[in-house]
Amino acid sequence: MSQYTLFDKVWDLHKVADLPGGSSQIFIGLHLIHEVTSPQAFGALKDKNLNVKFPSRTVATVDHIVPTDNQSRPFKDILAEQMIDTLEKNCADHKIRFFNIGSGSQGIVHVVAPELGLTQPGMTIACGDSHTSTHGAFGSIAFGIGTSQVRDVLASQTLAMNKLKVRKIFCKNKLTDGVYAKDLVLHIINQLGVKAGVGYAYEFTGPAISELSMEERMTICNMSIEGGARCGYINPDETTFNYIKEKKCSPKNQNWHLAVKWWKSLVSEENAIYDDEIIIDAAKVEPTVTWGITPGQSVGINQKIPELNDLSKDDQFIAGEAYEYMGFNPGQKIKNTPIDVCFIGSCTNGRISDLRVASKIVKGNRVAPHIKAFVVPGSEKVAKEAIHEGLDEIFKQAGFQWREPGCSMCLAMNPDKLKGNQISASSSNRNFKGRQGSPNGRTLLMSPAMVAAAAISGKVCDVRDFLKK
Amino acid sequence: MTGDFFAPQGKIKIIKGRCISLIGDDIDTDRIIPARFLKCVTFDSLGSAVFEDDRKDLKGKHPFDLTINKNSSILIVNSNFGCGSSREHAPQALLRWGIRAIIGESFAEIFYSNCVAIGIPCFTMDKISINTIQEKSEKGLIFDIDISKAEARTSESKFKLEIKSSSRNMFLSGEWDATSTLLNNSSLIEEKIKQLPYVQLNEDFSK
Ligand code: SF4
Repeated sequence: MSQYTLFDKVWDLHKVADLPGGSSQIFIGLHLIHEVTSPQAFGALKDKNLNVKFPSRTVATVDHIVPTDNQSRPFKDILAEQMIDTLEKNCADHKIRFFNIGSGSQGIVHVVAPELGLTQPGMTIACGDSHTSTHGAFGSIAFGIGTSQVRDVLASQTLAMNKLKVRKIFCKNKLTDGVYAKDLVLHIINQLGVKAGVGYAYEFTGPAISELSMEERMTICNMSIEGGARCGYINPDETTFNYIKEKKCSPKNQNWHLAVKWWKSLVSEENAIYDDEIIIDAAKVEPTVTWGITPGQSVGINQKIPELNDLSKDDQFIAGEAYEYMGFNPGQKIKNTPIDVCFIGSCTNGRISDLRVASKIVKGNRVAPHIKAFVVPGSEKVAKEAIHEGLDEIFKQAGFQWREPGCSMCLAMNPDKLKGNQISASSSNRNFKGRQGSPNGRTLLMSPAMVAAAAISGKVCDVRDFLKK
Repeated sequence: MTGDFFAPQGKIKIIKGRCISLIGDDIDTDRIIPARFLKCVTFDSLGSAVFEDDRKDLKGKHPFDLTINKNSSILIVNSNFGCGSSREHAPQALLRWGIRAIIGESFAEIFYSNCVAIGIPCFTMDKISINTIQEKSEKGLIFDIDISKAEARTSESKFKLEIKSSSRNMFLSGEWDATSTLLNNSSLIEEKIKQLPYVQLNEDFSK
């Protein structure tokens, strides 16, 4: 009986050659590109007089720089306009499929590829974006790459890589009411630390994971990179297959049955050998909020911000920096921290199920007077579906702004930015210093339901109190 | 910061230069190069923007602004350096400022592979040695790094460095600039794509 993990199987299938230096040459089944990390790669191809080897294996969209209030062209920001224009030209020149604004399928690259059915089990997927780990939710091996590697994939459809180790993260029991995938992954990162994943792929498994919808699984895998793991994945099952079925680019008819059969054969064997295994108790996870400047610096809603002595020596330096930057005191409660801005969106939590959950909290309530709150759907498809269900009206009536799809204030390469030292409650994935567009802006990461609750009460609160009402 | 910019090319065996110490764990790529500088279609202008927000904050006292560090090329950092976004703009900004090698306790994975891909060797060392070097480099320390021996020499002493053997071989052979190496296997690549079940099963994939 074989003792292979899904990772082993997919790696072996895609290995083209062993390279002289000792790394492996790996075939990339799906290459996703966007406007920020691709122009220099196309430039390098041109310099080297090379072509795109398999244009049909690359798919493009535009997400990071697009404004979310007014998307009419040319964009007001001439640099942003130049970037989208460059991508349009590069795609046209090399015959690459491009889901542009207004195509009905534009959006954040990690939202778009799964909803088109491009993301499938058993693939290797690369994109010039660290949150490519998202696609691992389908049982693919998906990871972020830099621009020189984007160039290499365009030129050869392959990459030089070293094989990763695999850590099994077994999530026992189930999440309780009001606790979501985002809380679970923030908790896991807190427990393992932000660098524990370096050199590893994370395999998320166990009853708490099987229970999750595909969109929740994407939230988990999306944040693997915040725990240092370049790639995270979940073995495919019926939930996976049901999600992919009938999507625009999925296998059809007889091929569908063959594909499902093959996908099932990829699942990690029961006696697979892992480089490391850990167990997390999902039932003990509370709604979780970050208080610092790394995604690992989080606490349960009813806990206090840790004192220096509560932390391991390794974590103390960055904790000191975090107290100072955030203006929080060690030992202070996170609950009731006043908020200025509420942001629901991003490739972590900008999907339709996220908007549904948040809208339930918001319905019939009003955003607290001093708060700026806005919802940015992850893609044009998400926006369309939400509007069809009337979610946009629920948000607008409560005082939220309803925006066009894009990355928005997740990284603020567009007009959506924090000002001064404002504090945001964000459903995104990074709370780094300056991440949301102001050099001293502050970010508290949490689930979209918790962001919605914070918008209503004007401060960090326990979303479970809203669910009881 | 050096005047003219020359990108690394070919075999990289020896790196000689002054050390510059940057203290702190988990220094992420948003800090190395804030997102607003990503609005560019070439990397050319990134050198002066490296650590822009941190430097503004420290008003001239940031290591990248100190006169003594002006022509430094070997960066000494702590743990999990370069975590966060995959932006190659981060190592590109460092490279264009003048950094040619990095020595640290540990590196984030994508940052590390971006450094290899653009010809910046990254070495690791234990915390205590790093701290010693960081102290010394504040008074001016010149290293002669020999990649094949994985050691850094000064006029008085020698330090053992760690580097992944595959990365070391890539720098020594020039293979870090991977495109042509990968394209050498063109026929194997053509064969591979025919073997992949999903390429066969996805008649709608390219729609
Ligand atoms: S939403 Fe944020 S994390 Fe996701 S791709 Fe866009 S900028 Fe990156």
